[in-house]
Order: sequence, then C-alpha cells, then structure tokens
Amino acid sequence: MKLLAIDTSGDACSAALLVDDRVQQELQIAPRRHGELILSMMQSLLDDSGLQLHELDGIAFGRGPGSFTGVRIAASVTQGAAFAADLPVIPISTLAAMAQGQFRRRGQRRLLAALDARMDEVYWGCYQIGDAGLAELHGEECVCPPDRAPLPPTSEGWAGVGPGWSAYQAILQARMGGAVETTSPEAFCEARDIATLAATEFSAGRQLPPEQAIPIYLRDQVTRTA
Amino acid sequence: MRVLGIETSCDETGVAIFDDQQGLMAHAVYSQVDIHAAYGGVVPELASRDHIRKTLPLIRQVLDEAGLDKGSIDGVAYTAGPGLIGALLVGSAIGRSLAWGWKVPAIGVHHMEGHLLAPLLEEPSPQLPFVALLVSGGHTQLVDVTGIGRYRILGESLDDAAGEAFDKTAKLLELPYPGGPELAKLAEHGDPGRFRFPRPMTDRPGLDFSFSGLKTFALNSIKTALAESTDPDQARADIARAFEEAVVDTLVIKCRRALRETGRKRLILAGGVSANRRLRERMSTAIAAEGGEAFYPQPALCTDNGAMIAFAGCQRLRAGQHEPLVFKPRARWPMDHLEAVSSS
Repeated sequence: MKLLAIDTSGDACSAALLVDDRVQQELQIAPRRHGELILSMMQSLLDDSGLQLHELDGIAFGRGPGSFTGVRIAASVTQGAAFAADLPVIPISTLAAMAQGQFRRRGQRRLLAALDARMDEVYWGCYQIGDAGLAELHGEECVCPPDRAPLPPTSEGWAGVGPGWSAYQAILQARMGGAVETTSPEAFCEARDIATLAATEFSAGRQLPPEQAIPIYLRDQVTRTA
Repeated sequence: MRVLGIETSCDETGVAIFDDQQGLMAHAVYSQVDIHAAYGGVVPELASRDHIRKTLPLIRQVLDEAGLDKGSIDGVAYTAGPGLIGALLVGSAIGRSLAWGWKVPAIGVHHMEGHLLAPLLEEPSPQLPFVALLVSGGHTQLVDVTGIGRYRILGESLDDAAGEAFDKTAKLLELPYPGGPELAKLAEHGDPGRFRFPRPMTDRPGLDFSFSGLKTFALNSIKTALAESTDPDQARADIARAFEEAVVDTLVIKCRRALRETGRKRLILAGGVSANRRLRERMSTAIAAEGGEAFYPQPALCTDNGAMIAFAGCQRLRAGQHEPLVFKPRARWPMDHLEAVSSS
C-alpha cells in the first residue's frame, strides 16, 4: 500500500509517505507558512521514493478539528492533488492522530486528546489503543468547555495528550478526578500517524472521492445569529 | 494554451476554461447569496466553508460541459488576492495542487486584473491602451491601462465603493440583500426630478471618488419624504432613482475627465456595478459625445467569475510567468505592483 498523508491543522506542517509498513515524514513547525511548504514536502517525499503521485493508492489528510484555515488548507490540497491524479481520499481525525502518536512514542493506550478551541473550550476525543495497535474512538469527539468534557469509560490509567492540556490543565484535571496519570501537552498531530490510521481505513474500503475531502470543524456555530 | 480558472475571493465560487484558440469553453458560477442574506453581508468563515464544498464539483462541471478530459488542461489560474483571505486560500490551494498533480504551470491572478481584462473576452474587444473604470462592491477605481500588467491608478474612492453605497442605501430603503440590483430595479419606477442628490467631488479637479456622503443624504431624504408623503412606496422609488442618478452622473463625469486627461479614446467598464443598465446607457452616450467608445463585459462576466481569471491567467502563463510550488494569497495587493507582461 502506498499513501501520502498531510497535516496543516496547527502550527506544524507535515507530510508523510507510507509504503507498506515503512513511513517517511517531513515536518516543520511553521505557523501560517503551510501554503509555502506543504506541496514541496509532498514532492520531496515522492522524489526520495522514486514514486509518482498517480502510482499512490490514496491521499490522507488531517480533517480536523484544529485551526479552521489550517484544516481547510489540508483538505483543499488533498482535493486538488487527488482529483488531478484520480486518487481517493481518506479523512483522519487530528485528535485520533495525536492519540496514535502518543502510543507510538510512549506506548500509552488510554488517551484523552484535547486541543485548545479558544473561546474557553476544548476539542475533545477519548481514544483507546486496540489489539491492532490503532487508536479507536470511545463515544464522540466534541467541542465543549473543559469543565464539561465527557468522562472516560474507566476511572484510572488515562494520559492527557495535546495542547488543550496546557491551556486548561487545572480545570481538566479537576474534571477527570483521578483518572489522568500523565499529561503530554507538547504533543501535536503529525502526518505519519495520519498515514498509519489511514492505511487501516483504506484496507477496510473506507476511502472517498476527492470532493469529499471536507473538514470536520466540530465548532459549527460560527455566527451569533445562526 | 488551455487554462482552468478558479475564483473564490468573496462570496461566489467561479470556475471556467479559457483556450487562446477557441475562446471561453465553459464557465460556471455558484453564488453564496442565500447563505449570507440572513446576516445582511458576507460572513467570511461561512464563505470559506462553502467554497471548499463547491469548487471541485464546479471543476468537474466545466470539464464536462466543455467535453474535455482533464489531461487537456495546460495551466491553472486562481485568484490570489485581494479578497477574503480564508476564501482565497481555498481556491489557491485547490488550484495550485491541481496544477502540481497535473504537472502543468500555475499562476495566481489579481482579482481586479481579472475584472479589468474581462471586456477583452468580448467581440469586438477594445484595443490597448484604454482607461478602465473598475466599479464593484469593493472597489471604485479609474485605471490607465497601457498593457497587461501595466496599470496606473488615476483615481479611486476615498471611502465607500460605489457598489457598497448602492448596497447600504438599499438597506436604508429596506430592500432585500444584496440590495444594489434591487435598488436599480426600484429606481426604474422613480421620478428623477423629485429629489436632487449631490454629485460628490465633481466640482473640483481630480479623479478620486467619495460615495459615503450619499447614504447619509439618502437617510435624511427618507426621513423627510416619509414624514410628508402619502405614498411611501413611491417615495422610496423616487429616492432610489435620485441616488442612482447621482452615482451614475458622478461616474460619467469622472470617466469623461479621465479620457480627456489621458488622451485615450476607449473606456472599459468592469465589476459588478458595470452591469447597471442606466450606467451603461448614460456612459455610452457621454463617451460617444467625446468621440470615444465604451466597452463592457457581458452581464454574466461583470460580477465575480472564473472566466476572467482563466483569461488573465492565460495571458500571463503564455508570457512564461508562473508560480513556484507555493500558494500564498494576499488579502491586500495593490494593482499597480503587478508584473508587466512584455509581449502585449
């Protein structure tokens, strides 16, 4: 299997190329410079592998939540590239990718992924690593005030992941009671973890046509009167 | 050379294919007016969210309509500014990535250059050099055009754009959004002699405009008229007529002055307000009386569209200009900073 994966949902800009069980990644911390970097990263990964875009099986992208503009950049680039090369697309949750990344780095299997959604809210997702070593969602992702974040299914052994845990550390800890043992607020979404999750989606036949590379914002109320 | 053009700078998604041998092969526009109507103006985040849903389906549509395989596109042009940055990013990212995937050159086009060159899509098309009046909801500019990319701003609005004045006055007259075209319709039933609006900045030299005072004048006229009138609907129509006359008169006076000052014979009008029927009639008559000629795009190409972007992009791509593997739209982008195309 050959997949390109990209993420531009936060301050980092990353692209990864998965070829069977090997993943190569390019990553830069580059706020607001995604448009200058992302296509070059994708080209460079293809160049290094000797592959052409049309030889891939699909393009995966971080579909959100995250910066509205950021997730739209990844979705738009995915739409354009996938349409041009007749490839399907695979949208992957940025929260799931953060949880997957934490498992890759630290081996932790119970993960509460949180991003700072501003306006005193977090984007929230509760993930458990299954037998296949992949992040599986428990319940639903949501945007909510940190003191109303959904509680995990068990009361101990959870790890807090992502910058939501620095923005609202005390409130989230209080809300979770004793369930959270460690926090890694420095963790962020990376394309390599999107690629890992996308490979399974692809194997399960859950790829989509290019025009369905659409962001999931979670925050759908963006005007006062809507 | 066959170019796909993408326009997403504000609240219209436009896609088109222009071929320098066969002309405009297909174009489609999706308007977001209904989405923004409830708010009385464009909500930038909602605009961006809609562009990303509409752009690719429109690209499929124009390829189908033109009966073209996507492998036959030689270049991609997209609006890179000025406009709403989030909206511009969607079209730029899709356009630049398409070109990357197709291995064809890409070019970011200045939105107002697109409008300015739109009359060149018509037959007969005006010869260079000419003076252009760009008149829309966001811009009112007089530009001396000596070549593609060779633009000198002669004058512009110091406050509201003409189209903005139309929309704001329409709102005062309680017309539905977007009010400009509604105001023009209402004005057809109005008595031109009942109210007399000022013609701002016409009594002094120069080619700048100011339209913000007109809406204040309209507001006062509405109060007076509704206090004394037995027929409020007629009063609104009369005010709409007087307002439209004032804007048209002002634009005509400045355009005539611009032709005299530059010695040009040809005037082109472009932008959403250039679809206004009264403006076209009065301008053509006035410019003909000066021994000149006025040119307009067809009404469908006056408002935002992908055809003008494909056309402008084609001129630049043909001259060898193209973008690196980067998309970097700009909310602000002065038109007189554009690179000239030497071959024209």
